[in-house]
Amino acid sequence: MALKRIMPCLLYDGVGLVKTVNFKNPSYIGDPINAIKIYNEKEVDELIVIDINATKQKRKPNFDKIADMASEAFMPFAYGGGVKTFDDFATLYKLGVEKVIVNSLIQQNPDVIKKVIEHYGAQAVVGCVDYKKAMFGGLKPFSYCGEKIKLSIIDYAKYLANDLGVGELFLYSVDKDGTWEGYDEVTIAEVINNIDIPIIACGGCGNIDHLKNVLYKLNANAAAIGSMAVYSKKGMGVLINFPQRETVIQE
Amino acid sequence: MIVIVDYGLGNLASVLNMFKKIGTKDVVISGEHEIIEKADKILLPGVGAFDAGMEHLEKSNLIPLLNKKALEQKVPLLGICLGMQLLTKRSDEGVKNGLGYIDAETIKFNIDPQLKLKIPHMGWDYVSVKKNNPLVEIDSKNRYYFVHSYFVKCFDDKQSLATCNYGQEFTCMVNNNNIFGAQFHPEKSLRFGMKLLENFAKI
Repeated sequence: MALKRIMPCLLYDGVGLVKTVNFKNPSYIGDPINAIKIYNEKEVDELIVIDINATKQKRKPNFDKIADMASEAFMPFAYGGGVKTFDDFATLYKLGVEKVIVNSLIQQNPDVIKKVIEHYGAQAVVGCVDYKKAMFGGLKPFSYCGEKIKLSIIDYAKYLANDLGVGELFLYSVDKDGTWEGYDEVTIAEVINNIDIPIIACGGCGNIDHLKNVLYKLNANAAAIGSMAVYSKKGMGVLINFPQRETVIQE
Repeated sequence: MIVIVDYGLGNLASVLNMFKKIGTKDVVISGEHEIIEKADKILLPGVGAFDAGMEHLEKSNLIPLLNKKALEQKVPLLGICLGMQLLTKRSDEGVKNGLGYIDAETIKFNIDPQLKLKIPHMGWDYVSVKKNNPLVEIDSKNRYYFVHSYFVKCFDDKQSLATCNYGQEFTCMVNNNNIFGAQFHPEKSLRFGMKLLENFAKI
């Protein structure tokens, strides 16, 4: 019945892995290849790697590095960051990336996303919804390409699921990122109630109960963890680790 | 030598990477007849549509060679995902004949809409192994990664090796003599898939 999934969400800055708080102040974590080797041992259900600088620096994904990462990832591998053209997608799939995560491209060129979905299937594309408190109150989705998203989170999620046709949604709360205080359960529940495709919740996870809540109370299909997968504890040093699956997944 | 057949479809690198990790020597990716001719095991991967898969095999003129290896020489052959579906006689997804090494057809999921299950079936699932076989242990609690919209329905139940449930029970592994198939992706299924490929290499 497709089991619930838990996965690390790793942030890559073009050189190494980093971890942010509220998408700011990236702290260096280490080399992605070593981390991925450890996540194999930890038997994570999936792996997410996001290049947080590719779009900002207007550069292509680092295909060589992604190839190295993919060659060590013996689980489904999702990559996002700087993917612009059909050929970018094709290259990534060929390297062993199962899913490409799109964000800015949704504003810049939705047609190429549709073409990719037609060719590779909906399961090969994940729509990313980054969202944060807007200046005048309320939560709003946003992207890095400078173009404002006028829709509400729910309408944007519906657009991605129903019109664009992506296979999954990656829902990432900027305000919760790196805080360890728990997922944004209100928004996650609202999105789940409004769309039919699987949701990967991200941002704020600080303990196993947070994971259990989002997966079993809110019924999200998948949950991603950032800080908890790269630090030993809040405020403590780097430690690549992952909760034992059986402590969370009750199936 | 294990040959991962390159017929222009599918994620070949991942399969090779996992064999490297296992430490299996003498594994190559190739679509060349002279190389496949020498194979003592064949792995048929594949992602995409059924007819596209058969067309690619036809275009590379690989079907007579695969028949010879699989049916005459009885070389162990493992089809993965679309590669398993190509082993059947036909598919709802297209009009072309399959390879027909397995007495089965490939059909579309027909799931009760009330269950609200999405197609493709994507994600991890446990499988139940029904028969002793060289690839997976019976009664093992193994989980594997699936991505598919169609599944294999065996005409001869003896060829159904393992099943999985997604709104309905379906065959997720097949076997007929030296021919094996897995609907899921062992190359993306951590140690569970690694064990399967390791066992295949040891046959």
